[in-house]
Amino acid sequence: MKLKKGIPLIDQHDQHGFWGGKFGGSFIPETLKKPVEDLTNEFKKLRKDKKFLKKRDFYFKNYIGTPTSFVKLDNLTNHLGGAQIWAKVVSEANGGAHKIYNATVHALICKAMGKKYIVGDTGAGYAGKMLSMAAKKFGLKCKIFMGAKDIKRQKPNCDAMRKNGAEIVPVYSGSQTLVDAVSECMRYWVSNCDNTHMCVGSTVGPNIFVKICGWSTAQISRELKVQLKSEFKKIPNKIKLINCVGGGSSAYGFWSEFIDYDKKQIELIGVEAGGPQKSKLHAAPLSRNAKIGILHGAASYLCQNSEGQINDTESISAGLDYPGVSPMHCFLKDTKRARYTYATDEEALNAHQMVTKFENLNPSLEPSHAFAEAIKIAPKLSKDTIIIVNSCGDAKKDRDILRERLGKK
Amino acid sequence: MSSLINRAFQNAKSENRPALLTYTVAGDNTKKKSLEILKSISNYADICELGFPHNTPIADGGQIQTSAYRAIKNGIKINDVFSIAKDFKSKKKDKPIILMGYYNMIFQYNENKFLEKCKKSKVDGLIVVDLPYPENKNFAAKCKKKGINFIQLVSPTTSKIRLKKIIKDSHDMIYYISMLSTTGGKLKVSPKKILERYRKIKNQNKSKNVVIGFGITEKTIKSLKKADGLVVGSAICKEISNSINKRQNAVTNVTNIVKRLKNKII
Repeated sequence: MKLKKGIPLIDQHDQHGFWGGKFGGSFIPETLKKPVEDLTNEFKKLRKDKKFLKKRDFYFKNYIGTPTSFVKLDNLTNHLGGAQIWAKVVSEANGGAHKIYNATVHALICKAMGKKYIVGDTGAGYAGKMLSMAAKKFGLKCKIFMGAKDIKRQKPNCDAMRKNGAEIVPVYSGSQTLVDAVSECMRYWVSNCDNTHMCVGSTVGPNIFVKICGWSTAQISRELKVQLKSEFKKIPNKIKLINCVGGGSSAYGFWSEFIDYDKKQIELIGVEAGGPQKSKLHAAPLSRNAKIGILHGAASYLCQNSEGQINDTESISAGLDYPGVSPMHCFLKDTKRARYTYATDEEALNAHQMVTKFENLNPSLEPSHAFAEAIKIAPKLSKDTIIIVNSCGDAKKDRDILRERLGKK
Repeated sequence: MSSLINRAFQNAKSENRPALLTYTVAGDNTKKKSLEILKSISNYADICELGFPHNTPIADGGQIQTSAYRAIKNGIKINDVFSIAKDFKSKKKDKPIILMGYYNMIFQYNENKFLEKCKKSKVDGLIVVDLPYPENKNFAAKCKKKGINFIQLVSPTTSKIRLKKIIKDSHDMIYYISMLSTTGGKLKVSPKKILERYRKIKNQNKSKNVVIGFGITEKTIKSLKKADGLVVGSAICKEISNSINKRQNAVTNVTNIVKRLKNKII
């Protein structure tokens, strides 16, 4: 299993859609074969279409508000001693998280395909909120599938979705979280694929959805590359790019331009959700060595039992609370290009507290997992090491959880 | 020699009616009960489909989900599914049984081991919902080698060229999904339209047995009786749920439904 240089990772799969011969694919019911094939052809065409690219760049700039800033966290750096800590503040993007890139691209594709309805899944509510925003912007009717448990714990984002005119469909089956939302969304698409476009909220699902999402979030690392060069005059020699990983869309977007670099120069570190310290449950298939399995149309490392039933997951962060992970991250793990670890709920909460105490930054619980790792390793590293954390979401949505757990107002 | 599945269709044809296929979930609501149900309904059904339950069934509607969750909650394991099948076949050796489920369960069990176990349990066929053509080519070939029918699914969205290839690669039976829906959806396409599409599939190769499934209930079954076979699943699972809720005998109630279904297509 080997990574290729000079080819975007989203295109390094074989003819059946597998990365490294075993991750990904399209395990879908027959009914979805045609709509998936149509979407695959459309995307192939659009990504080479200059007019479409111009449109994408226009909306990325004027609607999403790129580039998001790249800042040094001086106080945190000084406090910890050791490596410099920087943040790519992706949460500045319109809507408050990286999910807006994928949502915008899907809305544009939906328009291009002449479909009027768009549906999507959401965990933390960001994917849903952004899809509802993009749908409103482009005049599409929008339905969002969300686990009943997540609807309760991420209320601010639900309010936003409703305000944007989207219908939230609560999902009561299974664990009532993201995994069930994705299943229900796929079921809905099976029944309505003739007039409805489906957006998968992360780099998961059947091959084409992994690709579209990765293609969309890659904007983050394109910006960062330019920003690094302008800040340091060249790409520095010791960089660590730390990103949380649930499905893995922000991490892929944050890393895509840097995968070709030697890992001694640019280390890629993915931080999964370790769940509560005292719980056996987690959402960390990569770092806790889960076996390969098939979920939602793709093969990936997967939290499952020996029979192949999908395990319940547990995390304080709804956005990371997913038993599977992007096949591209499985590939990056097995080729040893990226290193994966996890942070517990408590570590993420502590990190959130520390970052907000020292910096004018309010990372949501998802990137707080990444900050936890940065805080852990920074003191042991040299001062010329540049740690960059993708602060990919804003904590406004976590208001209720933070109040409960940290007494925050 | 012709397969049991083939013979079941021939038999129905000789009686001038479609074959009746039932779907129940193994272990719903217990291992013992599901075997009893299976044995009892097989007096009226021509072919029995037995689902091996998965907790993330992306193509199933509410009724079958409920049955699957119930079975898993009651501790059903894949080896129990095989033992139900084996037990059933020891009593009803001429009644074809088809296992149906999602690929991850087979993948975790190991494809070869799974098929070996199917053979030992005398399973006649397999339907794998999320392993479409052409990705299923290898596995389908393995099935054939073991004398197990791999049943291809086709749907209203299947293109002409694709349809040709799938039929060419199919074994004795093809499963036509009546409409864009998960299992148990309300029949939203007219029976006339469904049969029109059905005939297009049938005309490609008359020797293949084509069954129609999804949305078939006591109300709709008669209108589709021109097909080679008709599958009823959700309506049966729903009756199991009802019987449990009302504390009635699920075996009797489900058998009565299947009996009524059969009477409608004679």
